[in-house]
Amino acid sequence: MDNNTLVGLAGILASAAPVVFAAIGETITERAGITNLSINGLILLTAMAGFATSVTTGSLLLGFLVGALIGAFVSLIVAFSSIALKQSQVAVGFVLALMSRDLSYFLGNPYMGLSGPRVPSLPIPVLADIPVVGVLFFRQDILVYSSYILIAVAYIFVFKTRPGLMLQGIGEQPATAYVRGANVNRLRYIYTIIGGALVGLAGPMYSLSVKVGWKGTITGLDGIGWIALAITIFGGWNPLRAAFGAYLFVLLQWLGLVLQPSLPNIPSQVLQVAPFPLMILTLLLVNLGNSEWVDRTLAGLPEEVRRLIAKVLRAMRTTPPAALGIPFENE
Amino acid sequence: MNVELVHIHKSFGVVHANNDISISIKSGVIQGILGENGAGKSTLMKVLSGFIQADSGDILLDGKAVRINTPSDAIRHGIGMLHQDPLDFPPMKIVDNMLIGHDGGLFPNRREVSKSLKELQAQFGFNLDPETYVDSLTVGERQQLEILRLLWLGARVLILDEPTTGISASQKEKLFETLKKLAEQGMVIIFVSHKLEDVEGLCHKIAVFRQGSLVGETAPPYNTDNLVEMMFGKVISLDEKTRLENCEPAMEISNLSIEDNRIQIRNANLTVNCGEVIGLAGMEGSGQRQFLRALAGLMRPVGGDLRLSGKRLTGKPYHSFQDAGISYVPASRMEEGLIPGLSITEHFILSEDQSGFFIDREKAVTISRERINTFNIKGEPVTRVEALSGGNQQRALLAMLRTPLRLLLLEHPTRGLDIESSIWIWSQLKDRCKQKTCIVFISADLEEVLHYSDRILVFYNGKVSQPLDAAATTVDQLGQLIGGKGFQC
Repeated sequence: MDNNTLVGLAGILASAAPVVFAAIGETITERAGITNLSINGLILLTAMAGFATSVTTGSLLLGFLVGALIGAFVSLIVAFSSIALKQSQVAVGFVLALMSRDLSYFLGNPYMGLSGPRVPSLPIPVLADIPVVGVLFFRQDILVYSSYILIAVAYIFVFKTRPGLMLQGIGEQPATAYVRGANVNRLRYIYTIIGGALVGLAGPMYSLSVKVGWKGTITGLDGIGWIALAITIFGGWNPLRAAFGAYLFVLLQWLGLVLQPSLPNIPSQVLQVAPFPLMILTLLLVNLGNSEWVDRTLAGLPEEVRRLIAKVLRAMRTTPPAALGIPFENE
Repeated sequence: MNVELVHIHKSFGVVHANNDISISIKSGVIQGILGENGAGKSTLMKVLSGFIQADSGDILLDGKAVRINTPSDAIRHGIGMLHQDPLDFPPMKIVDNMLIGHDGGLFPNRREVSKSLKELQAQFGFNLDPETYVDSLTVGERQQLEILRLLWLGARVLILDEPTTGISASQKEKLFETLKKLAEQGMVIIFVSHKLEDVEGLCHKIAVFRQGSLVGETAPPYNTDNLVEMMFGKVISLDEKTRLENCEPAMEISNLSIEDNRIQIRNANLTVNCGEVIGLAGMEGSGQRQFLRALAGLMRPVGGDLRLSGKRLTGKPYHSFQDAGISYVPASRMEEGLIPGLSITEHFILSEDQSGFFIDREKAVTISRERINTFNIKGEPVTRVEALSGGNQQRALLAMLRTPLRLLLLEHPTRGLDIESSIWIWSQLKDRCKQKTCIVFISADLEEVLHYSDRILVFYNGKVSQPLDAAATTVDQLGQLIGGKGFQC
């Protein structure tokens, strides 16, 4: 593998870090039974606010802190309106998504085009010198390393720990979880806020590392949040699969850039936009097994072929937490 | 552990659900709680298991007063409740399901849980693999799982709410065996039911509830008439079986094959005569549901023919089935049968053939008043359906059926209903038969199948038996067939 490709692939890991944060944050929130639809606007708003904070104070850390706080706060609104006020999560989330986006363009005006600090690269001693692997994984910045850690920690938490099992429980059968001793609504608040804070970190990860700076409407971050929502579904509410989805999406974006010179006939906009519909198509493909129509078509195939296809489809398809979006009331 | 409930009062609005209930249960006793729906037995059990708090009164465990504010308080005190619909986590593995709500460190030790589960199972002869998923279990197995879980958490008092609904005859036998064994070990078993034979067959003593009050307690030998009188205040007996003179065949089913991802039915044949009642028996998930839904036009068969009075219906959409005079009453009343949020009147408006764009409210209310009277529904025209009790929801569903009907398909028509409602509903259905409607129904209650059917089809793992003459069949024979014995295929 030549060095250019290697650096390119390392770039994918780096640019995927914020998508990983957003998708895993949303995964955790949805596991608890709440859909936070606001994340597209949230990423823009926190990107702007994180950048503005760092430019003003000169502190990178403060930038990220502000991002996480805004993420947590906006998600608290989603949680409050759906848990305490029993409002539609879709309506509230959607309005917040639009509002946060426009707010970021409006409030971000004074910071347009300013140059700001950037998270420095931090090669890990020894590990960075391993051929191929070193370049790929260990000559990154601290954000990318934290994305690796987040994937592992989130996966282990959800599937291997007691509180993680209860998290699955409250999203799946809140009434049962309540009988087993969970304070369902308090946990839902907590996980929505944690998930929102993780999404809130994705914004500054863009504006302070991946795409440094704030350029208003042409920042190019609009849409990432929707993709993160799609990736959450693609990932079957599993942090590991969600991370895989994030990498797949960024890989598609990268391919668009790389292929552009060799495909002069195709307008460059097509290649830039292509990853979005492609990602949605993948989502549809993964869940093909859910449709009755496919069941019926398969019934006509020979037994062995049908078994094989059915097995593949079953392994791919995903089922949302049963209580996703449904408010919980104990009698 | 001895359990005492002393002067328990609980009101919901104007309804006095528990009126000064005092009851004392000694260790090792299986206590039956009998009463029709709404008699207050569930309320009392919810008080004991921490779901709701009593307005006044005390709970004494071994003579000491305790406060139980939540279900998890209850289990800490050793009181575990088995709910009518199993409260578990269907998409999870059994071992994970056990772990949720179990106190301990951050990282649970799954191997240890599996081990103690296996040890517990060995005691009772259950056979659940800790690595399988809960949603692959039958209702009966999920019940077993929940019992094991509560025992594992240290329950000394086990409350079971209508545990024999929806489980097979053999699973029921096993359940009763288990409960007797647990009582011998000194546990308190509280068995809540409205099924007389279950309570009589199992319990050491029976407390009967009526309209929020404890009417009395009796010890064996039980007198059924006496129990019924305590429950209802009057004696009702099952009416005699009446058989209609058969007329021409109504529904002809030939070589019907049905397939979905769980079950395959091959070449089922049946001719239903008009006015006839066909009972479908079998363990849950043996194919009877798919069969019924195929007759309703809700599931497309992969082969074979359906004819109603000679008219071919195979492959037609559901609406053609409806127009041909076929109606389907599903088991899940609130999900598939009624629309929560709409009133009784609005349901009647929707079920009528619609003419005109605007709703004639006045006329609709008059019609719905009429039907509420004829069908004896306890509710007002404006009452929302979710506020009705199960029995009244079922009555409302029957009231919505069109007249005339050629074929009526029912899934568990009396599941969860008290005896009085069940008898009433069957008398309505029999009236339909007299008007030449034929009925095909599923029930897990063998007595019901035997008593009301003319002929019976038994399903076992997708295989369909020859039609049996109900009059010449006994519960034992039926039970054996359901268990798969004597099936020729």
